[in-house]
Amino acid sequence: MGGPFFSGIDVGSSYAKAVLLDASGAVAAEAVRKTGVDFAAVAEALRVDLLEAAPQARGQVARTLATGYGRGNVTFADEAVTEITCQAAACWHLFRRALTAIDVGGQDTKVITLDGEGRRTSFLMNRRCASGTGAFLEEMAARLDTTPEGLETLAAAGREAVPLSSFCTVFARGELLSLIRAGRAVQDIALGVYEAVVRRIVEMARLQGDVVLTGGAAIPGGVLVRRFEAAVGHPVLVPPHPQTTGALGAALLAMRAREGQR
Amino acid sequence: MSRRLESASGMQALMADSFRECDAAARDPAGRVAWCSSVGPVELLRALGFAVFFPENHAAMLGASRLATDLIPTATAEGYSPDVCSYMTSDIGAWRRGVTALSRVDPSIARVPRPDVLVYDTNQCRDVLDWFSFYGRQYGVPVIGVAAPRGVGVVTGELVAAVAAQIRALVPPLEAIAGRRMDPDVLARVVAVSRDTSVLWRKVLSCGEARPSPLTFFDGCVHMGPAVVLRGDERAKAYYEGLLAELEGRVAAGEAAVDGERVRLYWEGMPIWGRLRQVSELLAGLRASVVGSTYCSSWVFDGLDPDAPFDSMARAAVELFISRSDAVKEGILAAEARRYGVHGIVFHDAKTCPNNSNCRYGMPGRLLRGAGVPSVVLHSDLNDLRLHADEGVRLALEAFVEQCAEAS
Ligand code: SF4
Repeated sequence: MGGPFFSGIDVGSSYAKAVLLDASGAVAAEAVRKTGVDFAAVAEALRVDLLEAAPQARGQVARTLATGYGRGNVTFADEAVTEITCQAAACWHLFRRALTAIDVGGQDTKVITLDGEGRRTSFLMNRRCASGTGAFLEEMAARLDTTPEGLETLAAAGREAVPLSSFCTVFARGELLSLIRAGRAVQDIALGVYEAVVRRIVEMARLQGDVVLTGGAAIPGGVLVRRFEAAVGHPVLVPPHPQTTGALGAALLAMRAREGQR
Repeated sequence: MSRRLESASGMQALMADSFRECDAAARDPAGRVAWCSSVGPVELLRALGFAVFFPENHAAMLGASRLATDLIPTATAEGYSPDVCSYMTSDIGAWRRGVTALSRVDPSIARVPRPDVLVYDTNQCRDVLDWFSFYGRQYGVPVIGVAAPRGVGVVTGELVAAVAAQIRALVPPLEAIAGRRMDPDVLARVVAVSRDTSVLWRKVLSCGEARPSPLTFFDGCVHMGPAVVLRGDERAKAYYEGLLAELEGRVAAGEAAVDGERVRLYWEGMPIWGRLRQVSELLAGLRASVVGSTYCSSWVFDGLDPDAPFDSMARAAVELFISRSDAVKEGILAAEARRYGVHGIVFHDAKTCPNNSNCRYGMPGRLLRGAGVPSVVLHSDLNDLRLHADEGVRLALEAFVEQCAEAS
């Protein structure tokens, strides 16, 4: 299907994501880049990525909506909306039911509750620290001398999660040191790191309805998702592209705004 | 910031006068200065001729001028935890460093006025006693006050009588320090002025019920100065008569504090003093008006009665929002949300003031389920900006306004 097209640009703290929708609402292109230090430049690069992937959209993008930490820096956007509203819009679009959407972001984790009509009833963000966020995983990966992807691989091979008790990332690094010194298997420590993230998130709010997990760490079938399911005692929903859900929501809202439905 | 009120300049002059009077009294060998907690028994002090200084007001000025964050570590180094009241720690830090926010108002004021006595009421918290005790030790002057009940459910006659007895018991030591006897007629007059000021202040705040609201919580934080610092003083009464007239004029003209008001909010908890302007501007830019607050309403003491000064002062102190149980607070918040017709409540969870952070025991969830009032929680602090993240607060407020706008 052709134009007009609608784009959503989500400039997050670690990664910037973009989604292009065609006039039917189908995804025409997606792109992801490291955010880096120049928000405007990464947004522009994403725009180019989208048009390279979907050249039929050139000159046909009717509206762009920006979201994420760098939403104010997307110079070509028509509007900026918070990622909380965008996540809510995308999760409702994808699942159409009362749900709790949990977005595990690089900098913070958000818990958003939608009722059966798609109305947002509440949202929460983790407190002042990194516990329960992607930043915690990155920090711990570095301490275990690996990458976030490497941490996932290690944890997948873990048998028994080593409990990490501290709220604080700095204290948790200290705990990691003692565990390494005590000779615990690094795979089990890695699994413990995921377990710690899950525990922090689960205690943020009473989870209502179905649970949707989004964010770069929510790899379908991955460690975070599996540990989460074990913690809540039932399967959780994961969008097909969990990292770009915010950008999808932004593109959907751009489309809705154009149609005058908002 | 929302549209400036004309009365603001008169208010600043009034506050400056009151600081100069305290400064002069401290220099005058015959003058007497009392430091008082903001909801303490100030009427007694005025009736006995004390110049009254309010450390909380001073600490708020340190916060608003963004001096506080740099001063707190000085108190921390003295053994005051960074987790306790940042009004107290910034104020103690300022004192240790020879800094005062009063110099910013009038450069001729070099230091806070030396107290002859410090008078507290623990109806708000214990920190105020620890805070005043520091100065009691430094200056070698008495620290006296009222140990009030907290978490009060039903305000019984017994509770009021117990507090009234404590307030009465303050009179002899205060008379000794003031060097004069309490004249019951003077006390009755001061209580009457306090009550009248309070009624006017309540009416000022109630203007926020209008649609659009002619004032915001942020205006209230600035304009409440005389209600705190000059309670019981005729000048405060005159000031609020003028302010009320200005606001009623705005209401009649349909003039909004926030252009194009589309979302109405209620603020629960302490201000974020060092970010008052930024938060105000952010919300005004989103066309969201914070039309009411528990904080500004904390200085409404309508029940003061010149014919029963001690009992009515006690009742006012016990009935205060901050000293009530969570169940009572929940009822008040639900009623306030209805009265002001707000879309939702902004809870400020101030890290160093658990006493005035009312979202920590499940209140937001209960208000949503019970009264259908949604809310958002801001994690920040009244004075310690090390505990504040601009981006987190911005995101939470923007997302909440979006949520409220969607729902309306
Ligand atoms: S109520 Fe809070 S801000 Fe006021 S003195 Fe007590 S702890 Fe400090």
